[in-house]
Amino acid sequence: MSGEPILSVDRLTMRFGGIVAVQDLSFAAERKKITALIGPNGAGKTTVFNCITGFYKPSGGSIRLAHDDGKVIALERLNDFRIAKQAKVARTFQNIRLFPGMTALENLMVAQHNALMRASGLTFLGLIGVPSYRTAEKRAIELATEWLKRVNLLDRADDAAGNFAYGDQRRLEIARAMCTEPALLCLDEPAAGLNARESAGLSELLLSIRNELGTSILLIEHDMSVVMEISDHIVVMDHGLKIAQGTPREVRDDPKVIAAYLGTDEEEAAAVMESGS
Amino acid sequence: MDYFAQQLINGLVLGSIYGLIAIGYTMVYGIVGMINFAHGDIFMIGGFIALITFLILISLGLTAIPVILLVVLLVSMAITALYGWTIERIAYRPLRHSFRLAPMLSAIGMSFVLTNYSQVAQGARVKPIPPFIIGGYTLHESADGFVIQLSNIQIMVVLTTIALLGIFTWLVSRTRLGRDMRACEQDQTMAALLGVDVDRTISMTFVIGAALAAVAGLMYLLYYGLVDFFMGFVAGIKAFTAAVLGGIGSLPGAMLGGLAIGLIETFWSAYFSVEYKDVAAFSILIVVLIFMPTGLLGRPEVEKV
Amino acid sequence: MTAIPHETTKARRTAGIPFLLKTAFINALIALVLFSLMIGIRTEAGSDGQLTYWTRFGDLASIVAAVFGGSIVIELLRQWIGPTGAEKLVPPSVQSGMSFIGRYVAPALLIFTLLVPVIFYDQRYILDLAILVLTYVMLGWGLNVVVGLAGLLDLGYVAFYAVGAYSYALLATNFGWSFWVCLPLAGILAAFWGMLLGFPVLRLRGDYLAIVTLAFGEIIRLVIINWQSLTGGPNGVSGIPRPTFFGIPLDNSDDGLAAKLGIEYSPTHRIVFLFYLILALALLTNWVTIRLRRLPIGRAWEALREDEVACRALGINTTTTKLTAFATGAMFGGFAGAFFATRQGFISPESFTFQESALVLAIVVLGGMGSQLGVALAALAMIGGFELFRSLETYRMLVFGMAMVLIMIWRPRGLIGHRAPTVYLTKANAISSDLVKEGHG
Repeated sequence: MSGEPILSVDRLTMRFGGIVAVQDLSFAAERKKITALIGPNGAGKTTVFNCITGFYKPSGGSIRLAHDDGKVIALERLNDFRIAKQAKVARTFQNIRLFPGMTALENLMVAQHNALMRASGLTFLGLIGVPSYRTAEKRAIELATEWLKRVNLLDRADDAAGNFAYGDQRRLEIARAMCTEPALLCLDEPAAGLNARESAGLSELLLSIRNELGTSILLIEHDMSVVMEISDHIVVMDHGLKIAQGTPREVRDDPKVIAAYLGTDEEEAAAVMESGS
Repeated sequence: MDYFAQQLINGLVLGSIYGLIAIGYTMVYGIVGMINFAHGDIFMIGGFIALITFLILISLGLTAIPVILLVVLLVSMAITALYGWTIERIAYRPLRHSFRLAPMLSAIGMSFVLTNYSQVAQGARVKPIPPFIIGGYTLHESADGFVIQLSNIQIMVVLTTIALLGIFTWLVSRTRLGRDMRACEQDQTMAALLGVDVDRTISMTFVIGAALAAVAGLMYLLYYGLVDFFMGFVAGIKAFTAAVLGGIGSLPGAMLGGLAIGLIETFWSAYFSVEYKDVAAFSILIVVLIFMPTGLLGRPEVEKV
Repeated sequence: MTAIPHETTKARRTAGIPFLLKTAFINALIALVLFSLMIGIRTEAGSDGQLTYWTRFGDLASIVAAVFGGSIVIELLRQWIGPTGAEKLVPPSVQSGMSFIGRYVAPALLIFTLLVPVIFYDQRYILDLAILVLTYVMLGWGLNVVVGLAGLLDLGYVAFYAVGAYSYALLATNFGWSFWVCLPLAGILAAFWGMLLGFPVLRLRGDYLAIVTLAFGEIIRLVIINWQSLTGGPNGVSGIPRPTFFGIPLDNSDDGLAAKLGIEYSPTHRIVFLFYLILALALLTNWVTIRLRRLPIGRAWEALREDEVACRALGINTTTTKLTAFATGAMFGGFAGAFFATRQGFISPESFTFQESALVLAIVVLGGMGSQLGVALAALAMIGGFELFRSLETYRMLVFGMAMVLIMIWRPRGLIGHRAPTVYLTKANAISSDLVKEGHG
């Protein structure tokens, strides 16, 4: 481990009524690395995500985010939208949540809302059309264009997002999250529903985000070929508890992990072992 | 204290009427997810039909009041239910899978139609009837001469409401129709796949809601001794407020909300000012929703992320 | 809601005459039961309070016969035209043609509107009607911000119209403030009330928000009725000053505009002035809305309508975003209210009933939520149509209500359903209404 982690989750607990979805979970995500959160269905992965991104308020524990400038933010104390705005944590959703009636470009413009709001002087300056806002808007369009290029959707910039094919929507959602210029990108099953070729493209995209932009990534994923290929660090959960962590190799050989998958779903266990070898 | 007790009785009676109308709102909302703005006018139509049936029966020379009441109840329930059925068929069914606002505007349009229809058909003037059910009981007489009255009409309204609620609860929880209704409420597509006739179930929901509104209309007629073409709007909004207050979609909630609105209105009129009774009812709705965004008995909305 | 694939093929399965007659007969039977008491018997309270009744079986018979005939005609039309829903299969060439027309309709309409006072100078009735239509265009555009863009269902919009009207009326009659001072104040006060209502309730979702806004509209109206010392109660406020041409009165006096310009005074001057005043206000509303749509706040409104959860994940403060939409819509309502007060010279609570809210909402939905041109056309159609049926007197609301139902069935997404993007790289493609969400709040 080099340097201080960007995200440290410490003894995170989330209860829904009497059900404990996540219990005393501690892990860290390193800066400029890809950390994967895996585990069988119902292990509590998405709950962890929702706690990190502020959609749930954790019942206990702490979540710390350390920015590059050394500022440390307690995420469990921030409200939902402030986590994206101030802590710079962006996320995607398991069941894609684009703005279907808006074009791809508009989706990416909405992602730059806070920067553009500042530039438009909380709308008032923008309304009278000051030049500084126009430059800001031009820059925003440039950033959006760059991301459309990266995810290979430039030619469809002016089409409604709702018309996109599934794989394209997934990539657009990642591009939208990246347009918020996040410090930490959280992806909830980005490879779900993608075919093999698209999965490979996704891996490439995520690696380029890490390598070229240095954005830290935390992802939940079931597709082990993606997880094993791109992750620097893997955290394995089952029944709300962390059962293992380590490099892809360490995790793959961990008997507890195999047992967890075997105990729930043979196919998934087979997938873990197969894709890892 | 005596004054309070008297107002409590009055409030419960008014609340029962609101509750009966509110059930119609909440049922329709639960099953098709729309605000049936015409429901208040269905209540008004029910009142009118009851009034006309009364007139006919009396002019036919009937004198046995229980018989008259029974016939009036059945006739107004039947015809009003047919109104409910027809309206669903004409104005809502074609829009069932449409956008959310389309059926609502259609319902507002239907409400205008019904209000204006009865204005044209029966004239704009208030229609009074002589009191049918007279007498009552003096529950308590205090030293300063204040009496707590419980009139026979009040007893009748409350008893009818309780009886209808019993039948209705049985219908929803024990019968095939009730099971179909609950199934449609959960998932119409799945219910249809499992052999539930969704169209018929929804029609029946409107029919039952309208029949209950007709009973409320009859009660209103007996209790206040008059009907007019515009009474559906205010009563409808109040009842809808009651349904939301109780938690829309919840049947016990509708009744509870109805009672709450009835009591708030009565007590506010009694202790503060009559003019602001509706303001009080609406304000309390807003306050309750601020603290309990899904009403008193509504299921908290779980946000799926 | 998901569509269930149970097409009603029943209607087309048997197209023979016996089927036709059977349907018509059943419909007539239903009509007979429905109308038997309500139409067949007419009740009236006599002078002594005694209720009497008489029969109208002739009317009943003719209505039932009309239903019988009507269902045959409708059934025949249905078989002739084919299944409903065919209208959705508009060929792309027609659609692009329509957008081509659309590009020229708006400027043409604007030019025509500018010329209305010139063309119809002598027709006071038409000028009055045009002013009325423009008032509703403005209200529609104002509410469109809330309902069409932000997807928040507001059933109490008339409250802000009332706040604007009473603000001007009371400030002008009590303090003698001029229209031009009161106009912005009316807008600000309405926006303030919008915020006041919005702040606690905007976290409510969907129909809960709808009922709260409705309740709020009723509260404002009831307070106006009952706070007699301030508002004059049901009697309203009268003697509201007429607007001046920036200080110069439009009357027959020596200081009047006509005298200053050295032309003969005519009461039409004021009407024409009012016409251009409301036109300017409406165009201001339109301009601001179009600008706002292209600014981050406007995009955030539309994004909110599309997916609130995603908005929060992108760091958008949904509460303030909703609040600004609410306040902006309320402000335009307030402007329109101030104009209404100065035009009428008299206002009373009767002008601010739920019917008004419903009418404005109907204009927005019929126009196609979010479409500025659609709203203008819808206002023209609704108010114009409403006037056409003025001769029907008592049947007016009946016809109006039926029209609302039929229009919704005919075009649930409104006249102009597609959405124009706010920014584009190469080409602004119209977005089909099937993709555009209508919000949950």
